[in-house]
Amino acid sequence: MSEILALTATETAERVRSRELSTREVFETYRDRAARVELNAFTWVAEAPPADEASAGAPLAGVPLAVKDLFCTEGVPSQAGSRILEGYRPPYTATAVAKLARAGAPLLGKTNQDEFAMGSSNENSGYGPVRNPWDRDRVPGGSSGGSAAAVAAGLAPWAIGTDTGGSIRQPAALCGIVGLKPTYGAVSRYGMIAFASSLDQAGPLTRTVADAALLLGHMVGRDPLDSTSVAFPEPIEIPERDDLAGIRLGVPSELSEETEGIELGVAGAFRATLELARQLGAEVEEIHLPHTAHGLSAYYLIAPAEASANLARFDGVRYGLRVDGGEGLREMYERTRAQGFGAEVKRRIMLGTYALSSGYYDAHYGRAQKVRTKIAEDFHAAFERFDFVVTPTSPTVAFPLGAKLDDPLAMYFNDYFTVPMPLAGIPAISIPNGLSDGLPTGFQIAGPAFSENRILAAAHALEGAIGFDGSAGRAP
Amino acid sequence: MIDREQVLHVAALARLELSGEEVDRMARELSGILDHIEKISELELDDVEPTSHVLDVSNVLRLDEPRPSLPPDVALAQAPAVAAEGFEVPSPTA
Repeated sequence: MSEILALTATETAERVRSRELSTREVFETYRDRAARVELNAFTWVAEAPPADEASAGAPLAGVPLAVKDLFCTEGVPSQAGSRILEGYRPPYTATAVAKLARAGAPLLGKTNQDEFAMGSSNENSGYGPVRNPWDRDRVPGGSSGGSAAAVAAGLAPWAIGTDTGGSIRQPAALCGIVGLKPTYGAVSRYGMIAFASSLDQAGPLTRTVADAALLLGHMVGRDPLDSTSVAFPEPIEIPERDDLAGIRLGVPSELSEETEGIELGVAGAFRATLELARQLGAEVEEIHLPHTAHGLSAYYLIAPAEASANLARFDGVRYGLRVDGGEGLREMYERTRAQGFGAEVKRRIMLGTYALSSGYYDAHYGRAQKVRTKIAEDFHAAFERFDFVVTPTSPTVAFPLGAKLDDPLAMYFNDYFTVPMPLAGIPAISIPNGLSDGLPTGFQIAGPAFSENRILAAAHALEGAIGFDGSAGRAP
Repeated sequence: MIDREQVLHVAALARLELSGEEVDRMARELSGILDHIEKISELELDDVEPTSHVLDVSNVLRLDEPRPSLPPDVALAQAPAVAAEGFEVPSPTA
């Protein structure tokens, strides 16, 4: 068993293909670990792999997949971390999950998350917080906290999550794993329970950069069921590069290690990796992305506004919770939503409804959309001179459970380094960047739209140079 | 910045029932958040086009071909209340 845990997902796939390992052996190893409750990472675990998907030749055959709860999976609880969807079993499966199943990856389980993906600590789940495997009194980050904790703890070989303002990259950083947010439109959103539709994007959470490339390669593609999906312009390649010769890295002064509020250990780890990048041949220079400093403000108007519309569908009529009050339809709506939604979801629905309401629309939502244009222009200009923009992923390491629950603004600051990229629609990866006080930190690499192959190659080179050892998170 | 009155107005628009304690807390928290994010009002944005979407695609149409849809019993299977092959709801005029 410990032998299986030591393998990356790529290695596991190879050994299943060469019949050194059986699909059943791998599945049962991870199923038994996923069923353990200490981290509260899973909300549902499969008993056995679907019999017909053990097709031996499939590229991902025998490597079980953990799936964030907000992906609809036919007949399997899909609750998006919310009590308003308790017990909901959808009649269809999300395209991303269906594609991975067709590529051979059996569904291992559904992972806990912040309710409707709103949060950076996983404490907003209606099903209890997830714990960080590096220190169980600390948060795993969010909102894909269950997926990140499951991979870091060796409860799953790999996982998928979604990222709206950092929800793949930030928990990946806090748990010491790799997390990639693809270019907007690269992966179909069909069957993802929507948070902010112009920002939401699915992506991999994995132990290694090569695993992320392997998984992403089977997720991307135009889907007739999602009119905002586009064909990826080239195949996703498995990265092999181990140098950065000729690569130009821009360090934005607005998103640097000198940002107010960043922890010293995180800043130090970031600087050390910039030095490693130079040793690998990269040119590192300071740049300016002046509008990214306003990314959080724009994000916390746009995302709640879109959420307030998307979450209107939870009304006690077609699925999920209904609270009858004995009175009319309107009272039923209001009571169902009052009881079914948690505090953070209510806060964002209120913020979004306010930002869209008559008299405030232009000053709030309208202005935020213009800031979004300026942020995209900043990145566009940067990529004329630089291959990538690099930043720390999160300003802090994993913080203690409860530490920021009463301060929404402090919680929102967790997303400071990760919101500008989804606002611009561009891809970004977080890779493990060593420890600070015994806890993982992340290094973020962002590139132009559809530059995933180049990002993965650069991340692979840095990953080798950093030499991060994640085995402590998987013990025992 | 945001008073109780406004909170109650927005909650009604959002079809959310809030307790008295929630109304107070929401007024306080939303004021704090808006106070911070309204810093974008300092930016000069008059000639900037808004971005609602980052993709360079518009009017994506699907082929107008019939295809199977969910059978009624499957579509109704998750509903809290069903009557006469439809979703049952309390009276809108009650």
